[in-house]
Amino acid sequence: MASPLKSMTEPNADPAKPKPETQTLTGAQIIWDTLVNEGVKVVFGYPGGAIMPAYDALPQYPAVRHVLVRHEQGAAHMADGYARASGQVGVCMATSGPGATNLVTGIANAMMDSIPMVCITGQVSSAMIGSDAFQEVDFTGVTLPITKHNILVTRVEDIMPAIRQAFYIASSGRPGPVVVDITKDAQQNSCEHRYDSSPIRLPGYRPEHHPVPREIERAAEMIRAAKRPIIFCGHGVIEANATALLLDFVQKTGIPVAQTLLGLGGFPATHDLSLGMMGMHGEAWVNTAIQEADLIIALGMRFDDRVTGNLKTYAQNAKKIHVELDPAEINKNVKVDLPLVGDVREILRLLVPQLEKRNCDEWNAHIAELKGDSAVREIQSLPDNGCLFAAHVIHDLWRYTQGRALVVTDVGQHQMWEAQYYKHDYARKLLTSGGAGTMGFALPAAMGARMACPEDDVWVVAGDGGFQMTASELATCAQEDIKVNVAIINNGYLGMVRQWQQFFYGGRYVATPIKSPDYVKLADAHGLKGIRVTKRSEVQAAVEAARAAKETCIIDFRVEQEDSVYPMVPAGADLDKMIRRPVPVAASGELPSEELPGEPLKDVSKAHNPIFETGKDH
Amino acid sequence: MAQSESPTLRHFVAYVEDQPGVLNRVTSLFRRRCYNIVSLNVGRTHEAGISRMTFVVEADEDTARRIEANLYKLVNVLSVEDITEKPNLIRGLALIKVTVGQEKRSEVLQLVEVFRGQVIDLDTDTMIIELAGQQSKIDTLVTVLAPYGIAEMVQTGTVAMTRGVKGEAATGASQQPPASIRSVSAA
Repeated sequence: MASPLKSMTEPNADPAKPKPETQTLTGAQIIWDTLVNEGVKVVFGYPGGAIMPAYDALPQYPAVRHVLVRHEQGAAHMADGYARASGQVGVCMATSGPGATNLVTGIANAMMDSIPMVCITGQVSSAMIGSDAFQEVDFTGVTLPITKHNILVTRVEDIMPAIRQAFYIASSGRPGPVVVDITKDAQQNSCEHRYDSSPIRLPGYRPEHHPVPREIERAAEMIRAAKRPIIFCGHGVIEANATALLLDFVQKTGIPVAQTLLGLGGFPATHDLSLGMMGMHGEAWVNTAIQEADLIIALGMRFDDRVTGNLKTYAQNAKKIHVELDPAEINKNVKVDLPLVGDVREILRLLVPQLEKRNCDEWNAHIAELKGDSAVREIQSLPDNGCLFAAHVIHDLWRYTQGRALVVTDVGQHQMWEAQYYKHDYARKLLTSGGAGTMGFALPAAMGARMACPEDDVWVVAGDGGFQMTASELATCAQEDIKVNVAIINNGYLGMVRQWQQFFYGGRYVATPIKSPDYVKLADAHGLKGIRVTKRSEVQAAVEAARAAKETCIIDFRVEQEDSVYPMVPAGADLDKMIRRPVPVAASGELPSEELPGEPLKDVSKAHNPIFETGKDH
Repeated sequence: MAQSESPTLRHFVAYVEDQPGVLNRVTSLFRRRCYNIVSLNVGRTHEAGISRMTFVVEADEDTARRIEANLYKLVNVLSVEDITEKPNLIRGLALIKVTVGQEKRSEVLQLVEVFRGQVIDLDTDTMIIELAGQQSKIDTLVTVLAPYGIAEMVQTGTVAMTRGVKGEAATGASQQPPASIRSVSAA
């Protein structure tokens, strides 16, 4: 078989230089030696037949810690969480066949959110490929559409170049997952090896793009001319480490900032000019401001359908500047007036000095008016009405963690409530599955994040549905002594689907009521700590007890069962056509005189939560 | 998607590394993004390790640019060029087996001559015609020959090349990718 990999990374032969010393290693040893040289500290994985040679060599490389997961999906999410929290490449490992296919969900998840990840999988011996051998799956074929790149390695000499390329491709440009599928015989065979640190040459791979000065000037002109500009802070701001520059940009211009789900933390949520999350569950004032804006400066985001709603009516009044590293994202969903293809940080560094100090006082005052009474207020002093709302739990969690926790959410209602009520001021402190919406992400991703940031107060916020998908990783927490805190927002339903059934499917709750195990006993069964909370007055003590515990702690928050996430832009609807929060009817039974955005609700105890609504506490 | 002009046939030339699975990567991309391939041709070039693809896609201007940008994201794709708007040569090759006996043979030979085709095989009841040219020319010959009875036919995919000096899509060069995507109609 041809060896194209080798030729690409071969250092320039210099006859004058003495040949560097090499040693004879097996492919299995080369895998670990290369990983160590790439700076890998931890690998999340699960052994099996085709990867056994690699595992056998693992003890020779004590620099790498291996975390034995309970299901390979957990390994992929842990590597993903590690990467999101640290900005470094996360690594997971699995055997061929089912071991590898169990990674698939985690790989697709990392691909959708542009997470740098390297997955090393075993493959059946090269002579058996194509013979439907035991545990053979064409894994490079399977992962073709869900990886940034993948490589099948059949020769021991190709292992080091392939892994080096994988790290380079995964972490450069727009990051993404790379699979290296290594046959068992390649792991078993030996060759002369020396880690090669020369630059990688891949003639077809150009991860970098740079804007031309004329385009930057034009962006500055558009910003100068705008009366109602708005900045979008996307995941790219965080990936490019451009948060400080974004803050400069905003301080200098007074332009308000709306965040995407993955952009939360890229701009401090408690800043006066932070509007909060945009899109399907964005607050009304954010989406209305977008529809009224005359200029959108979109930084490192891709106009996902959850962000835009109906494209035909989306931000019709706004010219659009799209700062994006991936040229394939330009004009994909939303036609833009000025694409700036390149790294967000580089572009802001060039752009901000060209702008004069200005303010957007009139525009910001208008947005403040839109906010009106519905802006979040302090809830500390609100009377306890006996109900435990998810919003309370998350608001209190924010308060009692001083807003500094590293929160990892699962997917569903709790994820949106977290995005609305936990005010993230710091980048890489909210990890969530955005593009793929992968239930079961939170617990393993949080474990990976904790490995990357052992000093952080790591919190899993998960629903009772998603948590049960990967709850087996609790055993990994116990075995590997990984401490995370788990807040289960337990409403007895697959809440987001239930909410859609309520809104759009005639209230028929088909296959959404879900029974949970007793989470306190489940924690206990793992030798971990479990707490049940049914009242708002118990939240603080539980959060503090969890933080104080040495071991992983699960808090089972029994929240209102049929609570919904508001506001909501139904899928495909105009961005400013939102289903608003229900409005409680006054004690007299009369509706407040002013026009109300939401449906009147007679039973106040069923109100979504008493934080928002009309501004009247009850 | 913002409205753009109606889709037309667009011709792309791509240089790719001659490696197992590269064709699969390219076609997988087209399938996944729902780009409609009309024709695809791959072959080696005079440079070792480099293959050249020509593909014809139904796409509007906007989609064409994204096809280009998405192809550039494939690690094994060296360069891509949309040559639709450039002076170009576009050719396909067809072999057409016509069932024709002695009585009509000269008639068919005349037709083949008009189309500048070649008869490459002949026996008592059939004739195989080779025709190189644009798709429209091949289609017309097929229409004309149909009444005589076409037993079978086969076509290569379309191949294309720009006229004059070497096209933009030079092999191995690390030029700035999709220039088209970056150039904005300056207001």
